[in-house]
Amino acid sequence: MAHADPTGWYQLFSRGARDWLRHNDKLRQALREQLPDECAGPDAITSDLRRMLRVPAPQLTLARLRLAETAGQLAVGHGPGQAGALLRPAGADDGRSADGGGRDGAGRVRLDIALDDLIDCLWEQYQLPDLRAPGTALRTDAELVRDGWDQRGTRSRLDRRRTLRQALKRRAVQPGGAPFATGDLRYRQLVRRPRATGAAAVFFVLDASASMTEAERRLAKTFFFVASRGLRRHYHRLEFRFIAHTSHAWEFAEHDFFQVSGDGGTVASTAFELALALMDAHGAGHRDNSYLFYASDGDNFPEDRTRAEQALGALCDRLNYLGYVETVPGMPRAAATEMTRLCAQLAGQGRAVGCGRLATGDDVWHALRTFFVAPPAAGAAM
Amino acid sequence: MSAALPAGWRARFERLARDQGLEGDPVDMALVPASFLLEIAAYGLPVRMPHWSFGVRYLHQLAHQHMGRSHLFEVMFPGDPCRAYLSDANGVAENALVTAHVLGHADFVKRNALFRHALAMTGDRVLERSAARARRVERARSRFGQQRVEAVLDAALALEAHIDVRKPLHRPDHVPAPRPPAMLAGPCPDPSPAEPEPDLLWFIARHAPALEDWERDILLAVREEAYYFYPVHACRVMNEGWASYWHARLLREADFVPPPCYLHAIKCHSDVVSPYADATAHALTINPYHLGFVMWEHIVARDGLDAARRICAEEDDTGFIRNHLDRQLADQLGLFVHATGGDGATRMVNRELHAIHEAILAPTYNYGAPSVAITGVGADGSLALTHDARRDGRGLDLSQAQQVMGYLARIWRRPVAVHTVDFRGRPRVVAGHAAPA
Repeated sequence: MAHADPTGWYQLFSRGARDWLRHNDKLRQALREQLPDECAGPDAITSDLRRMLRVPAPQLTLARLRLAETAGQLAVGHGPGQAGALLRPAGADDGRSADGGGRDGAGRVRLDIALDDLIDCLWEQYQLPDLRAPGTALRTDAELVRDGWDQRGTRSRLDRRRTLRQALKRRAVQPGGAPFATGDLRYRQLVRRPRATGAAAVFFVLDASASMTEAERRLAKTFFFVASRGLRRHYHRLEFRFIAHTSHAWEFAEHDFFQVSGDGGTVASTAFELALALMDAHGAGHRDNSYLFYASDGDNFPEDRTRAEQALGALCDRLNYLGYVETVPGMPRAAATEMTRLCAQLAGQGRAVGCGRLATGDDVWHALRTFFVAPPAAGAAM
Repeated sequence: MSAALPAGWRARFERLARDQGLEGDPVDMALVPASFLLEIAAYGLPVRMPHWSFGVRYLHQLAHQHMGRSHLFEVMFPGDPCRAYLSDANGVAENALVTAHVLGHADFVKRNALFRHALAMTGDRVLERSAARARRVERARSRFGQQRVEAVLDAALALEAHIDVRKPLHRPDHVPAPRPPAMLAGPCPDPSPAEPEPDLLWFIARHAPALEDWERDILLAVREEAYYFYPVHACRVMNEGWASYWHARLLREADFVPPPCYLHAIKCHSDVVSPYADATAHALTINPYHLGFVMWEHIVARDGLDAARRICAEEDDTGFIRNHLDRQLADQLGLFVHATGGDGATRMVNRELHAIHEAILAPTYNYGAPSVAITGVGADGSLALTHDARRDGRGLDLSQAQQVMGYLARIWRRPVAVHTVDFRGRPRVVAGHAAPA
């Protein structure tokens, strides 16, 4: 009779499972390339995060040269009946092809992915640029860490194995002793230790003036929304401040920030000064990592130029990174805008400044990639 | 539940087979876990080069098995000795059936001219060579990186069926070798084939402008395995039918098998060779085991065993179906030709014998691949392929062709294009461009 292979090597690992995992990697990679387009629509912020997006999965099978599928191809079956008899009504296709499914399996698959999971998946590759090492951040966090064993403790922390070992050791030298004694009990100990954590303050600043069209505002808010969702997933100790400005600047609660719309002129310096004031008030800036992302159409009052320049310069001294994202209404402008010029100037001075553009929904992820994928070199220009 | 055959049963089956005139090479049988059998079915060979597409097949097999749509009893590989892998989930009765089935396969591959020809070209130790190649691919992967190895395997496996079975596996290199890069500027021999070359893997391996040795090795390895698999593909109905005929006959003759075990085994046999059918007794596909089994029973009853053995030696599925699936058998089996119209409804077309033959055989023509041949290499090294749409009756699936040209361009490293027709019959050129290095 058949003999079982004495080495049984094939039980040690599975080639099929390994190649299956490799296929999953490829699938994940392809999905990641495709997802930004799927979820960058400006309606992302208004939608329920548990909403399922139907994403067409990339082709799962190796392509081969094959003949085009056309109607009227002949195949063989068996059973009673006359020519012309209806064998399967329209729309009853159960996925089995006429040739018995001899091919590798059709690859038309659609995945239902919650918007929330989708943002998670995309954010796996992103990180805050130039986050300083935790040692330089003074903010501390109490953390529970294990600290050996003790004879006293709460019941839920009883270490049964160690207790048993103690009992065995005791009974080895005291034959006939009690199975367990109080002295045998061992409890796992936890202590609270302060730990320095990498904390960061992130300022989102939106130009809500009349020059920003509704579409531009939505684009900017989508950018902020996706950025805030993603950053929250990555970093536990983040503090967000939301600022919107017209000719004045206000701080908003997160929910209100995404609803804000304004009227009037554009005085960008008010927002920068407010951010500086908030940093001073909360002690942020000198000790923490802080970031500021500013979305605007790039216009500013010419009279505000010097003030904005000074405020931005002061901000840059205290920020790890300044991200400027410019919304582009329809067609690109011929000349560089006021803000672009300012940022380019700062970048030229070697400050950590990055710039991105938002023209359509698809650009949101491109902009995020500009800021968050790799720590950009200081002085990056548009 | 694993159940090996009682002592002596296998020898008695073999003796019985010899007495019945079966003359296969010895079979080396191994009892393996069902999970490993699943992998063999996905890869086609016990140890084969790693590629993500096998992972997809493995997943499909796994899903089918879990859904109860497929049950693997054994997988057999021709050679000398033949290798058979039996599932350790088989019971005694199933193993008795499978042992007899494998002896039937061994007899078929020994007799059939196509199998003999292929084995003479590939040699006996295909499994060992395949395992050695898998190791070489692993080494290449660690040396050159996964991306580069996968690029070659993507192209090689996508063109797996594009070999020329009329030509030998080891072909003389009749086309001038490609120019070395230093001579690119000077006059050079034209590497274009004198006539359309259907053996794509061979031509690419021989004449790709910038192929490294390890890449060529992978292409030729896939080609050699394709030669090995060809008779299995081309004789599926005959081979499975013959093995089913013999397992039924050997079980009938095996007086050492107790009646309950025989009953269980023959029930298992009837599951294997039963026709597919739905509630209305219609099926839109045919079970090759059923078709082959019924045809061999018919042939043996009509012409005798010697005639059946002659057919077994001389035919492949094309000849077998065309010459021996006659009107009487087609009526007995209730065969018909059906088609799905533009409205999505499937209707019976007719019961004409010729149409039935051609519809059974259509998916197996030309190794199941469209007739694509290499027709020229441009002065800039670009590769031109031509699809014979008149022969195949329609054009290529353009999106698939686009992807395959993408794979091909990555290893040809110059532009590639295939000429075909679209669904209106108008000429179409599907091009692939090498990504900049």
